[in-house]
Amino acid sequence: MAFLTLEGVSKEFGTFTAVRDVSLTIDKGEFVSLLGPSGCGKTTTLQMIAGLVEPTEGRISLDGRDITREKPNRRGLGVVFQSYALFPHMTVAQNVAFGLEMRRVPQAERDERVRDALMLVQLSAFAGRYPRQLSGGQRQRVAIARALVIAPPVLLLDEPLSNLDAKLREEMQFELRRIQRKVGTTTIMVTHDQAEALSISDRVVVMEGGRMTQVDAPYRLYEQPSNAFISSFVGKTNLLAGTWRRNGTSSAADIGGVLLEASAPEIAAGTPVTLSIRPEKILVRDAGAGRLEGRVASRFFLGSQWLFTVETPIGTMTVSTPNLGVEPATEGSQVGLDWSPDNMRIIAGTAAAA
Amino acid sequence: MMTSRSPIPSAPWLLAGPGALFFFGLVLLPLALTVILSFQAYDHSTGIQSTFTLSHYVTVVTDGYYLEIFWRTLRIAALTTLICAAIGVPEAYILSRMRDPWRSVFLLVIIGPLLVSVVVRTFGWSMLLGSQGLVNQALQLVGFAPARILYTETAIVIALVHVMLPFMVIPVWTALQKLDPMVEAAAWTLGASHFTALRRVVMPQVTLGMLSGSLIVFGLSASAFAVPALLGGRRLKMAATLVYDEYLQELNWPLGATIAIIVLVANLCIMLAYNRMVETRARRTLG
Amino acid sequence: MQKNGTIALTFHVLVLAFVLAPLVIICLVAFTPENTLSLPTTGLSLRWFKAVFAHPDFMASFWNSIWLAALSATLAVAFAVPAGLAISRYSFPGRDFLNALFLSPLIIPHLVLGVAFLRLFALLGATGSFAWLVATHIIIVTPYVLRLVLAALSGLDRSAEQAARTLGAGEWTAFRRVTAPMILPGITGGWLLAFINSFDELTMSIFVTSPATVTLPVRMYMYATESIDPMMAAVSALMIAITAAAMLVLDRAFGLDRILVGQR
Repeated sequence: MAFLTLEGVSKEFGTFTAVRDVSLTIDKGEFVSLLGPSGCGKTTTLQMIAGLVEPTEGRISLDGRDITREKPNRRGLGVVFQSYALFPHMTVAQNVAFGLEMRRVPQAERDERVRDALMLVQLSAFAGRYPRQLSGGQRQRVAIARALVIAPPVLLLDEPLSNLDAKLREEMQFELRRIQRKVGTTTIMVTHDQAEALSISDRVVVMEGGRMTQVDAPYRLYEQPSNAFISSFVGKTNLLAGTWRRNGTSSAADIGGVLLEASAPEIAAGTPVTLSIRPEKILVRDAGAGRLEGRVASRFFLGSQWLFTVETPIGTMTVSTPNLGVEPATEGSQVGLDWSPDNMRIIAGTAAAA
Repeated sequence: MMTSRSPIPSAPWLLAGPGALFFFGLVLLPLALTVILSFQAYDHSTGIQSTFTLSHYVTVVTDGYYLEIFWRTLRIAALTTLICAAIGVPEAYILSRMRDPWRSVFLLVIIGPLLVSVVVRTFGWSMLLGSQGLVNQALQLVGFAPARILYTETAIVIALVHVMLPFMVIPVWTALQKLDPMVEAAAWTLGASHFTALRRVVMPQVTLGMLSGSLIVFGLSASAFAVPALLGGRRLKMAATLVYDEYLQELNWPLGATIAIIVLVANLCIMLAYNRMVETRARRTLG
Repeated sequence: MQKNGTIALTFHVLVLAFVLAPLVIICLVAFTPENTLSLPTTGLSLRWFKAVFAHPDFMASFWNSIWLAALSATLAVAFAVPAGLAISRYSFPGRDFLNALFLSPLIIPHLVLGVAFLRLFALLGATGSFAWLVATHIIIVTPYVLRLVLAALSGLDRSAEQAARTLGAGEWTAFRRVTAPMILPGITGGWLLAFINSFDELTMSIFVTSPATVTLPVRMYMYATESIDPMMAAVSALMIAITAAAMLVLDRAFGLDRILVGQR
């Protein structure tokens, strides 16, 4: 049951096309992230849904109603801005009450709903403060309460966590998901942080150069990236460029003279291919025990895991292994790298280098 | 150049001392002398006396001639301030919503005349507003009778608005620059119309800039000299032209000093009242 | 961002017309071939510009104003930079008072300063000298320089200077090699602003100039009250041209909006 639909939406600023033919269907109650590097058109897409930017082409509909040309103040969507855009001259309670005031909600009900919203974001004690007296995380929660109190059909979040420091960002990620689960509002979040997108979304929409390039559940996006860009943008990966070889029934990729086995769809022999394998899918074994020999060039201890760069005949590979409580191979030592061929992905087409 | 930790408290005085002495001698001393002068008796044949009197102050606050000029000065300054706010605030807002390069270009056009001598700008208005000036020709073209604008309060107000407008635009513009442009959009998404968003979200934050602009405009208008001197003619005097006449035509320096001191004190009072108001406001919103 | 609507743009155009009208009319009338203040309907003529350059009083006042502005702006910088350093970098008793004293000419009406100087000079018997005129202009323009210097100093990253100290620079060297270049735009902008303000000043100068030291604005004021011929328009047009040129330099170098609006 499609709740919010974008059909062939594009936006041109003069000669520059910020968003190109985006079509997307979002279900009620879903949490969808728009993920991409800066300038990929994700924020413009969000602003078109919010009504702050008018699409050049295409149609946006909400619950069956065409809202493409509707003014932002008639759409009734909740928006949390990257800068939070709190009203600096109003208290927290006045900020949250503003949307209800615009809807002419009676005073008594207004007070109650503001109280509930502040309780939801755990800011009840701060109702009388002004925005500048709050910390970044608190301001952000005021912005969320202000957007949610009007009971919007859709909540739009523009890089909601980017102004917070790392530790707070992680906390707020889960806080955001908790609130969204509790109120069940359909939510669209714009972010450039893949970890953020993966951890809290039901689905992730990857955007590059104004286009949507993959729409998938976080797990599938991570495991089956549709191109080299996504495989390196979402998580870390080792990209290996080579040529496809067939030998009777078996097939393998030829990477600089080394043949690497991979489960293959129908690819003609001689086609250039790119293989991708994630660092955590590679196992470090003793020299001579793996599929590939290498020498540990450097080793970093990250607490829960170890990160290696290993020099191999086919280039430098990044490998991460969990910290099992014993010290692993040291820098300079010879090791063998091994993996399950199932985890060696073939990226569609010729795929340029990462 | 280390900060307050510096063990030698003499360093700042060594740096600022020469300037401070200079300003003492050429600001505080002359002002004090002028205050004294305003209490010194004056005789038309022998000049400034060394006896002290309050008579100049009494004259100024009781004589209808002076009171009329003070009243006119206040009226013109207030009207100028109102018109400047009515033009300058919306114009600053319009400017702030333009895209670069237009924004910078038009901001320059609006505040640039600040650097052109007031004499020049006033002279321009005297040509525009004269009996054969462009404004009158335009009026006649539309079918109105030619109006006498030059040497009226209207002419003074028009030229003062022109001279003072940048002083209104600048603080409002500064206030608008500090405003997160997304705040207005946030109000729209919460259901506010454009007008409501302006009234409830933009205006409250511009008020302070508008107030400080109004204050500067009022203070400068009330003590303006060139505009009333060139556009007001002989009869339409304002406080500044009155002082000029007392000093350089009547040669009654003590009386001129009295009026100048009244202008100064009025100016300072407004500034202090404003500062207090800003502080209370700031305390209220910033806590 | 929403664009400006038709009403807003109409309003904007009207404001622009209002702001530019007196300046445009001056520049047009300056080229009139007639003997009276009139628009050049029968052709353009440079006769009134020639008249200005042939007018000894105007030329004397022009050079007088240029020297006055250059001297007072330079000396204002000499006072304002150390004062700015003292005010922004040290906390000492009397700091707020000093700051208020240096900025006070901004809130004291020029008229009042004019009569105050007149009284002082009368008592000193110093009326009419160019040096005293410079002194009065220093008072008037120093606040402009100081404000920009203070803005530049407060926007300065102190760690750059501290880095210089850790690299072995003495206090003076650190100031000369690191701090001074960083606040130089503020100082230069302040100098130019001071120059223009001194060059344009009328209300105060009218009380303290003598026939030998009449500045250009005072000369123009006197001329305008006595006679009305297009020479006044020609001088005014020249003033506008000079100011516009200075504005362009200021704008190219520092961004005029930043200097006038007082932001860094």
